[in-house]
Amino acid sequence: MGNMLNVSSNPHIRSSESTTKIMLYVIIALLPTTCFGVYNFGLHALLVVLTTVATTVLTELIYELLMKKKVTIGDLSAAVTGLLLALNLPPQTPLWVAVMGGVFAILVVKMLFGGLGQNFMNPALGARCFLLISFTSIMTNFECDAYTGATPLAALKAGESVNVMDMIIGRTAGTIGETSMLAIVLGACILILLGVIDLRVPGSYIVSFVIFIVLFSGKGLDPQYISAQLAGGGLMLGAFFMATDYVTRPITKKGQYVYGIFLGIMTGIFRLFGPSAEGVSYAIIIGNLLVPLIEKFTTPKPFGKGGERA
Amino acid sequence: MAKLTFNGGIHPYDGKELSKDKPMKEILPKGDMVYPLSQHIGAPAAPIVAKGDRVLAGQKIAEAGGFVSAPIYATVSGTVKTIEPRRVVTGDMVNSIIIENDEQYEEVTYTPHNPDEMTKQEIIACIQEAGVVGMGGAGFPTHVKLSPKEPEKIEYIIANCAECEPYLTSDYRRMVEQPQKLVDGMKIMLKLFDNARGILAIEDNKPDCFKTFKELTKDEPKITVKALQTKYPQGSERQLIYASTGRAINSTMLPADAGCIVDNVDTIVAIYHAVVEGKPLMNRIVTVTGDAVNDPRNFLVRIGMNYKDLIEEAGGFKSEPEKIISGGPMMGFALFDLDVPTTKTASALLCMTKDEVSKYEPSACINCGRCLEVCPSRIMPKKLAICAEHQDEEGFVKNHGMECVECGSCSYVCPAKRHLAQPIKSMRKTVLANKKK
Repeated sequence: MGNMLNVSSNPHIRSSESTTKIMLYVIIALLPTTCFGVYNFGLHALLVVLTTVATTVLTELIYELLMKKKVTIGDLSAAVTGLLLALNLPPQTPLWVAVMGGVFAILVVKMLFGGLGQNFMNPALGARCFLLISFTSIMTNFECDAYTGATPLAALKAGESVNVMDMIIGRTAGTIGETSMLAIVLGACILILLGVIDLRVPGSYIVSFVIFIVLFSGKGLDPQYISAQLAGGGLMLGAFFMATDYVTRPITKKGQYVYGIFLGIMTGIFRLFGPSAEGVSYAIIIGNLLVPLIEKFTTPKPFGKGGERA
Repeated sequence: MAKLTFNGGIHPYDGKELSKDKPMKEILPKGDMVYPLSQHIGAPAAPIVAKGDRVLAGQKIAEAGGFVSAPIYATVSGTVKTIEPRRVVTGDMVNSIIIENDEQYEEVTYTPHNPDEMTKQEIIACIQEAGVVGMGGAGFPTHVKLSPKEPEKIEYIIANCAECEPYLTSDYRRMVEQPQKLVDGMKIMLKLFDNARGILAIEDNKPDCFKTFKELTKDEPKITVKALQTKYPQGSERQLIYASTGRAINSTMLPADAGCIVDNVDTIVAIYHAVVEGKPLMNRIVTVTGDAVNDPRNFLVRIGMNYKDLIEEAGGFKSEPEKIISGGPMMGFALFDLDVPTTKTASALLCMTKDEVSKYEPSACINCGRCLEVCPSRIMPKKLAICAEHQDEEGFVKNHGMECVECGSCSYVCPAKRHLAQPIKSMRKTVLANKKK
């Protein structure tokens, strides 16, 4: 009888949370904006989504089989990366470009650095920036059947007027998953209610970004301009789904505020003073690189350390 | 008013409904009784009986081995069979006195005292002589706790009535069935410290106890009852002090440094028994519970009784247990053998049909930060576990690893099912051992 009992170190109970569940929640939360993107841009957008997801999952599987490592595609993190990458691609992206992005995200950014939890930058954003540099014309061509003009942010930068209502709903040109502020915020609410993310990073990101453009855009407190800046481009998708990526954001609470504020300022600088109308991806990637430093300076003081014995 | 609590903590399934409403039952043990000589922190007790001696219940069988130590008493009448190493709950072999129970339960006569006529020294001596130790789990000799360097600086005596461990209801039953003993025990402790006030700190999942104590202490200006938020580890000493007084201490400090003394419910009742009734520490309440047990409930157990018999008293197993834990699920010890004795610190016997820990395979850390969020010590379990796994003692200490209270909240909450508390705990032991060198 004695040998039949399991012995382990305490604690002997575990919460029902799991990595797979968290990833599944993220996928569910991304569905509104994914569906809207497909509805908005048509069938090819769906093909891009399916291609990147299949590519990221297969890349991880093949890499792990070749390296004789434990297969971890069941944790769904590769699928999340694939989905996020697709949402950051223009709707008419050729499928071979989507495949290249997927392979780069998983192989170069994630697996070569040690797999889940070890990558120092967001794989989907890393891949997007890689594609943006390598295939600039393809990645900045947002023309498709539904929309022929510039993206609202580009129009805004050129001084043209934009329809803010369309931007909030998402009836504009842009990448597959970034156009609808409404769908993204709906997804974000799901994540917040499920306890997957909190408002520390997205909140400080968005607030500091707004303060920055109010101070430096020259437009002051123009509500039309501010809401266009908020609804346009990848800010919402970036703030709620990319900047909150566990692996590449600071783990300390204070650090998360610092990180969010940094992202807000960087995005503002890129958008207002950079050559391009957009800057969310680069801002987040640069932020990712600063995470170790931020964590180092924001390590919390342990309980009772203040009241040290004299 | 903000709820009295601390930062961090978790809300696991509490399982208390299994046993909380059944009155406690006294057991007269049968068969051999085993008394490990080390049931407390400090030097082991020294036997003062020899093989073949006849002893009575309540007779001292081992003398304290020093100041930080406690004597041990026989809890049945019978004959000393032998003194030999026996297995205890932690898995260690500890030298123990074995008494063959004659099932007569003959007791020595006790001399009751009137605490009002005793000096402080007499009260402490009485508690020391009775072998009272911290019965919440640590087993720190109570008379040592009650003898701080500067007794006039003690401002609060906190009765730890939180019982934050899931499944445990022994303190709850004690408070429901014998609330006056707790209040009287507290009054005795207050006699020792002129400047102290008493706090009965109760988690708000026990509103009935809160009401009872409010009623019982309404004419006691020196005793207040405080309701704390129900959260694990609310009963952890540092967290309890913080929640009930707002004072924070760390690993280098004792509660006395913050002017506090904390004792668990059963310990305070043991103080009452020792001083008022003159009875040494002979029994305690043990919760026998879990989904593998037929009749989960609380028992008034004579220390030294075998765990196997305890299970039998609870109606035996309803289904095959996969895991048996001495203590609560968060901080208890998993047993590989039921043939161990109950000791002064045995609060519960939890029998589970499923072992949740073996169900999950640890996977890669995704840096989610939940371990940080729940850590009551506000340290970084994720980082410390890595230091510990790499045997990086310096990094471990630098990252405040010694501040860990070993509550296990980090392991509980980890979605990657990593064993965070385990390496941190063993590293703390290593660091402490190396410090002593």
